[in-house]
Amino acid sequence: MNVLKANFKYNLCWFIIMITGFYLMNTLIMVGMIDSFIENMLVTIWINIILAVGLNLIIGFAGQFSLGHAGFMAIGAYTTAIITQKTVSIGGFYVSFIVGMIIAVVAALIVGIPTLRLRGDYLAIATMGAAEIIRIIINNMKITNGPAGMFNIPQFATWPIVYVIMCITTIITVNFINSRGGRVIKSVREDEIAAEAMGINTTKWKLAAFVLGAVTAAIAGSLHASYLQTIAPNDFGIMESISILIIVVLGGVGSVTGTFLAAVVLGILDTVLQDFGTLRMVIYAAALVLLMVFKPSGLLGTWEFSIRRLFNHIKRRSV
Amino acid sequence: MKRKMIKKIMGFGTAMLVAGMLAGCSTAKTASKGNAAGKTIKIGVNMELSGAAAGYGNSQKQGIQMAVDQINKNGGINVDGKKKKVSLIIRDNKTSTSTSASVAAQLVNKDKVNAIVGPATTNAGTAQIPNITKAAVPSVSPSATDPNYTLQKSGKVQPYVFRACYQNNFQGSTAAKFAYTNLKAKRVAVLADNSSDYGTGLAKAFKKAYKGKIAASQYFQEGDKDFNAILTSFKNKKIDAIYAPGYYSEIGLIVKQARQAGINVPIIGSDGMADPKLAQIAGNENATNVYYTTPFSTRVANQNGTAKKFMKAFKEQYNEEAPTFSALAYDSVYMIKKAIENEKSADSAKIAEGLTKIKNFDGVTGKITIDSKHNANKPIVVETLSNGKVSAATEIK
Amino acid sequence: MQIFFQQVINGLSLGSIYALLALGYTMVYGIIKLINFAHGDIYMLGAFWGYYVINVWHFNFMLALLSAMVVCGICGVIIEYLAYRPLRHSPRITALITAIGVSFFLENGMAYLFGSNARDFPQVVKQVNYDIGGVRISNIQLEILITSCVLMLILQLIIKRTKMGRAMRAVSVDNAAAELVGVDLNRTISFTFALGSSMAGAAGVMIGLYYNSIDPLMGLTPGIKAFVAAVVGGIGSVPGASLGGFLIGLLETLVQSIGLSAYKDAVVYVVLIVILLIRPMGIFGKNVKEKV
Repeated sequence: MNVLKANFKYNLCWFIIMITGFYLMNTLIMVGMIDSFIENMLVTIWINIILAVGLNLIIGFAGQFSLGHAGFMAIGAYTTAIITQKTVSIGGFYVSFIVGMIIAVVAALIVGIPTLRLRGDYLAIATMGAAEIIRIIINNMKITNGPAGMFNIPQFATWPIVYVIMCITTIITVNFINSRGGRVIKSVREDEIAAEAMGINTTKWKLAAFVLGAVTAAIAGSLHASYLQTIAPNDFGIMESISILIIVVLGGVGSVTGTFLAAVVLGILDTVLQDFGTLRMVIYAAALVLLMVFKPSGLLGTWEFSIRRLFNHIKRRSV
Repeated sequence: MKRKMIKKIMGFGTAMLVAGMLAGCSTAKTASKGNAAGKTIKIGVNMELSGAAAGYGNSQKQGIQMAVDQINKNGGINVDGKKKKVSLIIRDNKTSTSTSASVAAQLVNKDKVNAIVGPATTNAGTAQIPNITKAAVPSVSPSATDPNYTLQKSGKVQPYVFRACYQNNFQGSTAAKFAYTNLKAKRVAVLADNSSDYGTGLAKAFKKAYKGKIAASQYFQEGDKDFNAILTSFKNKKIDAIYAPGYYSEIGLIVKQARQAGINVPIIGSDGMADPKLAQIAGNENATNVYYTTPFSTRVANQNGTAKKFMKAFKEQYNEEAPTFSALAYDSVYMIKKAIENEKSADSAKIAEGLTKIKNFDGVTGKITIDSKHNANKPIVVETLSNGKVSAATEIK
Repeated sequence: MQIFFQQVINGLSLGSIYALLALGYTMVYGIIKLINFAHGDIYMLGAFWGYYVINVWHFNFMLALLSAMVVCGICGVIIEYLAYRPLRHSPRITALITAIGVSFFLENGMAYLFGSNARDFPQVVKQVNYDIGGVRISNIQLEILITSCVLMLILQLIIKRTKMGRAMRAVSVDNAAAELVGVDLNRTISFTFALGSSMAGAAGVMIGLYYNSIDPLMGLTPGIKAFVAAVVGGIGSVPGASLGGFLIGLLETLVQSIGLSAYKDAVVYVVLIVILLIRPMGIFGKNVKEKV
């Protein structure tokens, strides 16, 4: 009981921070300080955060190197596109969400069960291959309109919805990480053989992290489709998976705060460097290599911003 | 235990409720009412300057640049008596849908452009539609070819979306007619570019309109270099022609490998092949018995004064033969100029109206009339290549 | 029947290129357990080098090939020294991400410097087609096949008969033990990279000649397929990589010949997943039990 009450204080703080952010955004739009360009940039950053937090769960906390995130995003995106075109209503939108998540779970199980027993590099290539297979299948199906992609998707994902869902998915993921399940996953990451010797069903837990990550990717995909109103198979290729990977690595594999920070930094950098053309990619690539060689733990390493620590710090100070 | 569960559920429920309220309550939306013209006429360019379509994007940029330079050299565009110069704002959408949307938002909101030229690909094009519609700024795409690009889901036309090129159904069915009627081909193998809507859209249109038998249908990806396996499989299918819609970098190789494999039947393509580099890649002797639909024929150009002037100027400025993409982009800019002159105003909403009224516009790529679906209607020509050079041009009515 | 043999020739030609690339992958992975994502791009560099020297310095084919091998070998060593050596004791994820970064850097760097359009590789060796019983094979296809086989034989000889080759084998089994018996780790690894990269360079020039078309992104997909070939044949085994390369080439041709060309890339990925599940050590690999 006491534990819940104690936690309640911190959860409430986070809640207040999120609501403040919401009203701040709303006011700035009403005042006219945020135009559709900045709104666009912010929503893209939020969708990237959802993707990166999910990937961080798989790579950072479970230690499974998956390069196939874009495949699950594609599943969510296309499900939403197809369903909302048939049932044009907000109900249809939410239904497509759920259907997208279910299909993503099934796909994650199909991909995960055979491949998660592979190690490191092999797992990376296998997941990349699986995502490519998903993309090629989508590219050749009639119902997805093939390479032409789908457009004129009705827009139901307005910025409030994206913001709220970003907050919810982050809360769920962080709670999972801090729960018993999260600790199990971290133990699997640290030393899988030792964890197995302790009686933990490593396959089950690796699969759980993988599926959760895939579900968040599908959610992000649904939002992407409904916000941008245009999707094409080429949006979900290897490059997309690697872009999300870069966000996770830059922020620090294993730090959710770092992911937030990196997503924002990269989102802004992308816009600032827009006129550099191909040189921008060269700069990114060089920066990535330098980062890996000199600071492989990323910007924040495994440091997390925690309100609990803040409170404790203040308490200790005032004593 | 039970109380803990209840508290958890209640907490979750409250959170969802609040979330629902926040998401549902009416919140501020970003929008605007069209951009008025200032001292200069601002034309924005949303183009693929890096990424997969960078080659085409950069060709189009050259066409646009040349058009604007010419207009400004002549004093600018005549807006209701006053001549105003054109300033170009070029932004790269990296062949990515989300970047295209962001670029469009930047152009219409930050840069306050009066019209947009681009993008080159349909996908990037559809991604910008919501933003330009919200801001009431029209866009002319030189090369977005999907038939539904200019239409809303309901079938009504998109008020701010125009194009200067053919849409796939028109080009594909023309090729089908040509193959059946002019080349008397009764069995055709289709080999289409599967990496974009251009190849697959044309192949679909061809198959629908073609009256003969489709003996085989295969696909390739952009960047592929080896077509021997597919071509060998065509050999024992008794074909009279091959329809290969795609871009010159791959079609050039297909032509070369087909001829080397001993396949000498006509190879028909589309305007993505209309580039002197095709013969370079294929090899002049191989580039024989090759046909493609195109709006911009160098042969016809020699009779068409506007095109001749364009080709000469392009060669002088950039020291290479003008590719179709540059010509289409050039026309896009001049179409916007015409719209402004007709409406006597350079306000973005007025330009949109002016574009709908374009009739028999004398473009480099033909006499263009914008129809009710905002597509560019212009005569289509089938060029014939023999030994790498254009030997004939047949106008298809 | 003719069509069948023709397709076999097509498959073998395609496969010999994959085989050459697979050799580089297998050697590097065998020795430092790293998938060198940049390998496909070194192949691209070789092709561009060949293009440059043939057009500007008017080299003949042999000279272009040999110089490309040397240049790519040097590039491989430089990349190893700058990007992979500092990370030798880092977690696999870091090294893999660095490899991806290097690959991106090379691709986009070349695209930035030379434009992303395809360029025609000059036809320095005139193409002559031989017709054997209705099956067409060109002199270039024969050259590629023969050159690939010769290079593979030379490689196998180096590994089995030379001191450096023995050092390479030792390091790939247990690098700590190898150091203890006096093997210079850095030199051996650099040598491995040089060998693998020079194979890739040779492949690049030959592909340039065969298809007459090069572009900065040409190494991406063949690189991945060559990696799959290396896995199929058995990572760490040179004859395995060669066999794997030919098998993947034949498979890709088969898929196209039965009309499923839209899925030709997907099939290769499916093969990868299947082989990792059924026989992860590949055809010629050895099953090493992990000791705790």
